[in-house]
Amino acid sequence: MDFEFSEEQQLLKDSIEGLLGDKYDFERRKKILESADGWSREIWKQFAELGILGLPFAEEHGGIGGGPVETMIVMSTIGNALVLEPYLPTVVLAGGLIRRFGTDAQKNKYLPQIAEGKITGAFAHTERQSRYDLFDVKTTAKAAGNGFTLDGSKSVVLNGDQADFIIVTARISGNSRDKDGLGLFIVDAKANGVSRRGYRTIDGLTAAEIQFSGVKVEADSVIGKPGAAYPLIEQIVDDGIAALCGEAVGVFSALTEATTDYLRTRKQFGVNIGSFQVLQHRNVEMLIAAEQAKSMTFLATMMVNEKDPVTRRKTMAAAKTQIGRSAQFVGEQAIQLHGGIGMTMELKVGHWFKRATAIDIQFGDADYHLEQFGNMGGFESAA
Amino acid sequence: MDLNFTKEEIAFRDEVRDFFKKNVPADTQQKLIEGRKLEKADIVNWQRILNKKGWAVSNWPKEYGGTGWTPVQKYIFLEELQRAPAPDPLPFGVSMVGPVIAAFGSEEQKKRFLPRIANIDDWWCQGFSEPGAGSDLAGLSTKAVREGDFWIINGQKTWTTLAQYADWIFVLARTDTKAKKQEGISFILCDMKTPGITVRPIQLIDGGKEVNEVFFDNVKVPYENLVGQENRGWDYAKFLLGNERTGIARVGISKERVRRLKELAKLEVSGGKPMMEDPRFRAKISQIEVELKALEMTQMRVVAAEGKRRDNKPDPASSILKIKGSEIQQNITDLLMEVVGPFALPFADEDANGSNELPVGPDYAGPLAPIYFNYRKVSIYGGSNEIQKNIIAKAILGL
Repeated sequence: MDFEFSEEQQLLKDSIEGLLGDKYDFERRKKILESADGWSREIWKQFAELGILGLPFAEEHGGIGGGPVETMIVMSTIGNALVLEPYLPTVVLAGGLIRRFGTDAQKNKYLPQIAEGKITGAFAHTERQSRYDLFDVKTTAKAAGNGFTLDGSKSVVLNGDQADFIIVTARISGNSRDKDGLGLFIVDAKANGVSRRGYRTIDGLTAAEIQFSGVKVEADSVIGKPGAAYPLIEQIVDDGIAALCGEAVGVFSALTEATTDYLRTRKQFGVNIGSFQVLQHRNVEMLIAAEQAKSMTFLATMMVNEKDPVTRRKTMAAAKTQIGRSAQFVGEQAIQLHGGIGMTMELKVGHWFKRATAIDIQFGDADYHLEQFGNMGGFESAA
Repeated sequence: MDLNFTKEEIAFRDEVRDFFKKNVPADTQQKLIEGRKLEKADIVNWQRILNKKGWAVSNWPKEYGGTGWTPVQKYIFLEELQRAPAPDPLPFGVSMVGPVIAAFGSEEQKKRFLPRIANIDDWWCQGFSEPGAGSDLAGLSTKAVREGDFWIINGQKTWTTLAQYADWIFVLARTDTKAKKQEGISFILCDMKTPGITVRPIQLIDGGKEVNEVFFDNVKVPYENLVGQENRGWDYAKFLLGNERTGIARVGISKERVRRLKELAKLEVSGGKPMMEDPRFRAKISQIEVELKALEMTQMRVVAAEGKRRDNKPDPASSILKIKGSEIQQNITDLLMEVVGPFALPFADEDANGSNELPVGPDYAGPLAPIYFNYRKVSIYGGSNEIQKNIIAKAILGL
């Protein structure tokens, strides 16, 4: 039982914190946020040079073979600095699907390019009707010649507007809510029949609605066995949840600390407002919510490679519930304790709050995961 | 980072689990599962079984019978004890006065008291709180005045748990009225049979009488019953209160209670279906389970850090354990009461235990509402949750 980072992990943490400390202060981030792309290719290149774009990939694919703890460290720093670049969709989700389930040819084609920062990816799964149910897919994949033809539309695809390649889930057989019959397809974003409408999400990230109309994919662009993609989708979403938990830890500690600093310096009635017990206790409750979230993040990180899907999914559902609850509490209280200034776009606190809110929603909010957790029987069985 | 126990720790856990399985008296265990009150004999018998095994006072220094376990082993022991479930070793002796005597007592006091505490040959109770000194404990006004070879104690203690069974009481008394309030307090051991001591039971909202008022009217105690130095009692009290904080989350007990809750939720029916299948009720249980798992992980973080700490001060993070642990315990008692619906209403008087009255409704319903009422105490005792928040605000946030 050990919760400390190894020397290498500490080094990784220091180096990415160093980079973001130099290049990603609030003013610099504001400029990136206001740019047309919404994220910086220059920063992305520096991520590549640091090695974090290939973090989870094997060395033969240009990576450094990091595990879930390394991803947690990077994501936590991303949360703290409110990084806008598409790390989660590219490295964790699209890159992760190829890393975990791709053929050698697919790995050789995509992973080194991701690691070098040359291409970014997206995972196009959510649809208008699906909400958070991972099996609910209406987009179809019909066998055609050597490969498949895709038809349908995907919603709120992170980095969907600018990704060079998109991994799409589509139904090969069965009804729209069957777990069987799903496939994963790698699609070139410039392929005929792909149309995208890009936009910003509430937290300043970029996303897209994507329409697929008669899009042709070759057999070598299928990930895993056609029709049997559901467990793969579950695994990659669990990877996404664990990464989001890591990011949330960075966001929550930043919100708690910023609030403590504010209580120490803001004066009213001739004293620091941190001398008022009602505000002290609220800040303590924020700290507790942040620490509980951190504890569950450690658990999610350790369990993300668990082979038994029920044990793994149950743990992820519990972790995502805790993260969602803490996000709402820590975020709302940070704004409340900052008062009027917390309402403005001029302070980082509001931006952290918006990211926290988005983290709760992504891959299923606290109430959704609480229900899933209960459906899977919870942790304890009846006496 | 690694969440797993080592091979040795797993072997230790199995040994402890096996011992509890074979040695916890069945009727004691059943009372804990059903939430019924333990008798004095239940607690004494069990602690003597533990003492024979050498595990009754695991937290003490090795020379006085401690086990020398690592923080992780102590954590495993407590988790398994609560999971069994089995009674805690009597805290007033084992966790409170025992460690104080071992650290600050005279050789004579150690020889005289420690072995008897371990075996509950003496039952101890705690003379700290007073009607005018609760959260502000240092404001206590019970006085001890030296007269030759004796202390003369006058005053009143309250909330004294299980004083009705006690042979001895450890008392915080003011011995210097002119000094700063923390610097005029002494820690004195007092035989409950001394003339002038009166115990009056206080009935709590659950109907039980587990706490008492203890009155001191010119109680004459030998001078050598002073622990450590005169007027240093506050330091010893802080040492006592800071001791053994990892058990306060009571994760093992809460897990056992959740298992019980789920069992009853399968038996009780609402809308023609077991309560366990009611999505609203199940979501409430799930929410508790999520928070409990997070608390367990937080506790493991505190325990792992404890093994690496050099100083002997309690980790302020243990205040988080106290706050969340008590909230979760209380939420579970709330659901345990909710699960039996109207059968939470009939009052099962524990003083009528053993009478021939048949229980009203299911036989498990009787203790559930009283436990709900009784467990309001857990966010009050040992430093209320509001005091814990003051501690965190000061020690961690620096406010």
